[in-house]
Amino acid sequence: MKALAGLCSGLIFGFGLAVSGMTDTNKVLGFLDVFGAWQAPLLLVMGSAVLVTLIGFPLLKRRARPFLAASFQFPQRTDLDRRLLLGATLFGVGWGLYGYCPGPALAGVIYGSVDTVLFLMAMVFGMAVATYLTRNAP
Amino acid sequence: MSTAINGDLAMAMAGGLLIGVAALTLMALLGRVAGISGITWAALTAKPRENWRWLFLAGLPLGAALAHGIIGVPLPQGSSLSPTVAILAGLLVGLGVRLGNGCTSGHGVCGIGLLSPRSIIATLTFMTAGVVTVLMTRHLVPGVLGAMS
Repeated sequence: MKALAGLCSGLIFGFGLAVSGMTDTNKVLGFLDVFGAWQAPLLLVMGSAVLVTLIGFPLLKRRARPFLAASFQFPQRTDLDRRLLLGATLFGVGWGLYGYCPGPALAGVIYGSVDTVLFLMAMVFGMAVATYLTRNAP
Repeated sequence: MSTAINGDLAMAMAGGLLIGVAALTLMALLGRVAGISGITWAALTAKPRENWRWLFLAGLPLGAALAHGIIGVPLPQGSSLSPTVAILAGLLVGLGVRLGNGCTSGHGVCGIGLLSPRSIIATLTFMTAGVVTVLMTRHLVPGVLGAMS
């Protein structure tokens, strides 16, 4: 059942990504090109997704537990640190260079481009390097 | 406004709503945040292995295939950038999402929905970094990406 729940959410997520235009790197770069020929529509993707979570998460929080697991695992940290800012900056630069963030890159493998696979392999390598560099951090 | 732009707006909104619904589904059923970078890393490293993560990740391309195949969403044109740029970008994205504990989905869609200050700051930061990067590559140092072949 848990595996099916994961598949279900992933399917809706991937469907939404393709419908929204987020799997089109040209559209994403056009959206980030605020000082050029700005393509605003993608702003609505995060806008409407956040609208759903802003309304839905508080409603879910009223329940004692999720339907198929023992507890809700909401992130607990509230502190801001340099690592968060550095990480978000590096991520944003990578996103702005090519136009893929992790979800659209994974969904985009169906387009059959070798470059997408190279992007994902480099991404996993980057994750491993970051994990190694912060292995002694709290 | 042209029909194409209106169509893009409607699709962006519909797609965004679905992404939000997917995040709600995962939270309602399994109590987990639908953060794709976190799920990817945990799928590769977490022990004991939990199959839902792999199935969630498999659902992403399958869901996209359904969108193109069943309701006929037009296929993207594909990138004109070189494999070198793809690798450099992937490396930075991987480093960044691990150091910053999340990407567009975890911080942007879920974290803001939970009104997490870390996620709000992270989202503003990576959006700004993305905009500045495109400003550089398209307007201030045009041709820099073309030089990376």
